[in-house]
This record gives sequence, C-alpha cells and structure tokens, in this order.
Amino acid sequence: VSSSIAVQPEPALAGWRDHKRYLWPLGLLVPTLPFIAWGLVSATGLGFFWWSGPVFVFVAMPVLDTLVGSDAENPPDSAIKHLENDRYYRWCTYLYLPLQYGALVWACSKWSSGSLSWVESLGLAVTVGCVSGVAINTAHELGHKRKQAERWLSKIALAQTAYGHFFIEHNRGHHVRVATPEDPASSRLGESFWEFLPRSVYGSLRSSWELERERLARSGRRPLRIDNDILNAWAMTVGLFTVLGIAFGASVLPWLLVQAVFGFSLLEVVNYLEHYGLRRQRGEDGRYERCRPEHSWNSNNVSSNVLLYHLQRHSDHHANPVRRYQALRHFEEAPELPSGYATMIVLAYLTPLWRRVMDPRVLAHYGGDVTRANIHPRRRRRILARHGVAQAAAAR
Amino acid sequence: MSRYRCPGCEYLYDEAIGAPREGFPAGTPWSEVPDHWCCPDCAVREKVDFELVEEQRS
Repeated sequence: VSSSIAVQPEPALAGWRDHKRYLWPLGLLVPTLPFIAWGLVSATGLGFFWWSGPVFVFVAMPVLDTLVGSDAENPPDSAIKHLENDRYYRWCTYLYLPLQYGALVWACSKWSSGSLSWVESLGLAVTVGCVSGVAINTAHELGHKRKQAERWLSKIALAQTAYGHFFIEHNRGHHVRVATPEDPASSRLGESFWEFLPRSVYGSLRSSWELERERLARSGRRPLRIDNDILNAWAMTVGLFTVLGIAFGASVLPWLLVQAVFGFSLLEVVNYLEHYGLRRQRGEDGRYERCRPEHSWNSNNVSSNVLLYHLQRHSDHHANPVRRYQALRHFEEAPELPSGYATMIVLAYLTPLWRRVMDPRVLAHYGGDVTRANIHPRRRRRILARHGVAQAAAAR
Repeated sequence: MSRYRCPGCEYLYDEAIGAPREGFPAGTPWSEVPDHWCCPDCAVREKVDFELVEEQRS
C-alpha cells in the first residue's frame, strides 16, 4: 500500500509545496568533507586543508546560519502523511551511510600511506570525526522509525563512533526522562558543557545497559548474550576496527579512536543545547508532566536544519518521535535559541559566553522564577541566592 | 484477548501477539505488563496512558 502512495500525484497537498525538498541532499555534503579536504590539499598544496571538517562545522556553518537565516514554514496537516510516505526523503538519509564508510576506508588508506605529517593526520581524523558525529544524527533519524531495516541502518551508522548503545538509551531512556534531573542527556542550568560531557557519556552508557538488562530479564534472559542490542552493536564496531586494522595496519587504530571520540563528543554538545535548564514539573500523582513543546530548545535556521534533518525542530520531535524529519513542525510557543545549532555549539564550548547568553533566556522562559528550571545541583545554592536576592529587591 | 493502543503514535499492543522483543510472549495479558512500561515505538506514553481498543471482531 505504502509504495503506491509514494507515486501518487499531489492532490493531497492542495497547492502546498515543500520548499526544502531539493535542499535535503545537501546533508550529504558532510560525509563528503574528507574528499573535499583532499581536493583542496591537492589543488593548493596546503596541508592545512586536512582540517576542512572542523573549519566547515565551527566556522562556515555559523556564518551560513547568520547569512541564510531562518524559516518557520510548516507543512499543512493534510500534507503530513503524504510527505512522510514519499520515499525520496528516506533516500536522502540512507545515502549518508555509503559516503560515511567510503570516507572512513579512504581516510585509513591515507593514514597508512605515510604521506601525511602527524598534524595532517590529526586534521584528517577530526574531519572524519565530524562525519561520524553527524552520522549519529542520521542514525538518530533512522533509529526512531518502525521499520526493522531502518533500525539496522541506524546501528550501522553508529558503529564508527562505538555509540551503538545510543540507539537504546536515546529512544527508551532520554525520550522518557527528557528535561528531568534524572536524564543524563538533559543539561542543567549552571552546568558547563565540560561538566555535562562526562556525565552524559557515562550516565547514558549506564542507563542503556540497565534498560537492556531489564528488557532481557523480562523473558528470563541474562544480559551477556548476542541478542543484547548493546553488545551486538558494539560487536559491529570491534569487527569494523579489526578489519580496518588488518587491511591498513595497526597504525590506523589511534586515528580511529580519535575520530570516534571526536564524533561522539560532537553529538554530546548537540545534546547539551537541546534541553538546557528546561524542566518538566511533577503532577499531583508524582508523575512528570508529559513532554511538551516548552521542554526543548528549537531553531529554524535553514542551513543547520538542512544538514541535521530538522533536528532543531526538537519540540515536535519529542512530541512525535516516530514522525519523519521532513514533516517536523515549528511551534510558536516553543523556546527558541538565538541562532542555529552550529553557532550554539561554538558558544557551548565557551562556558562564560554560553551562560551569559543562555541563562537569562532560561530565566525569561520561566517568567523570572528560577526554581522552575532544572538547576545544576553543584551551583543550586549560588543560583538561587543570586535570584532570591534579586527578587527580594524587586519586591521592595 | 484485548488490544490496547498508544494514544501518541498508534502503536498497538495485542494480547494475542504480545511483544516478544519486549519480553512479553504471545498471549501475555495486559495486566501482566508493568505500569512503567513505555510505548516501544515512541516512548512518549506509558502503559497507564494506553487506550482499550473497542472490539469489532466477528
């Protein structure tokens, strides 16, 4: 049935056109970055261009965010089903994987060739890390879908960063506990990215294991078995790195490690942006209120959105996690970041700047009542004192 | 055998089919599914939110 929907003409759209339709393949620019770097090095003879990946993500993307601007256009409700069933959009995500792994294999051949200096090899590893980090975003889109084939593709995309457990923790842990103090992947008011990074990496790992152990225990199975989805996902990573190590020599292994750590750190900084300081309140029955648009930070910046498959329309994603990226909507009532994720990533690395920009926004979001925010326990007393004094002064 | 639907994403728990991957073999009654079990597709809603599907089977 679904394949016949895909070829139907467009009467359901009633005149509406998806203006981003032909922009989505631009997402494939990211896994092409190592090849672009090579092209630039070859053309100019400058080894600096092996660093093209981080230059693109941390310099070019923030500039593009500012130049290209944002769009708040939503598909009409009548068009959503049609949009979701259009297979064109799926292929835009599937094609990331062959490019991602093509770039990895090619990078291994470069590392092992001995033609690169130490600094050039590191530049290439960080460029490849940008690809594997954004691949976690592709895996995220695929891992939320109902089709088994897409869930498998998700695991494969995660193998390069050894982040296979993300597929479990994100879908069944983060989405359940988002914007609560219990969620390792929701950052807190007053928490720097550098404090958040180890907390999220370790906390998510621990939580994913607990979720998977519990799932297997329900049918009397022990966790140490191959149908444990964390272990079989990690086995893919071990297999991948082993094959690459045998094919290209053990000298590629340190670079594989560097790109993996850089890759998952890129994911974690995006995690850091998405729910900073936001908190769901508890109802009288002790349960947290349902996740609503006000519990995620959003952005409509076109260039970041196109490269990240609408990840920045994050409120709709949390309300409807199974919904495909092309159909995600902007909500007027959702809190809005001052710029796209690419710009905010750079800010997140610079703690004082981040807090100066974001803390007042969290406070404004809660109408000045800081007690409603998700506050970092270590700074709780200081943050409350600062605002408590301000409130008392205002009351006088 | 009854069926229960997630109000968020339409995932259907059919007691006759169960959810073997989740550890509920075919025939597992809804009452044996723990309250904190969340929808395996969207994870936005939990068991207590699920709605009984009115039976129209002949």
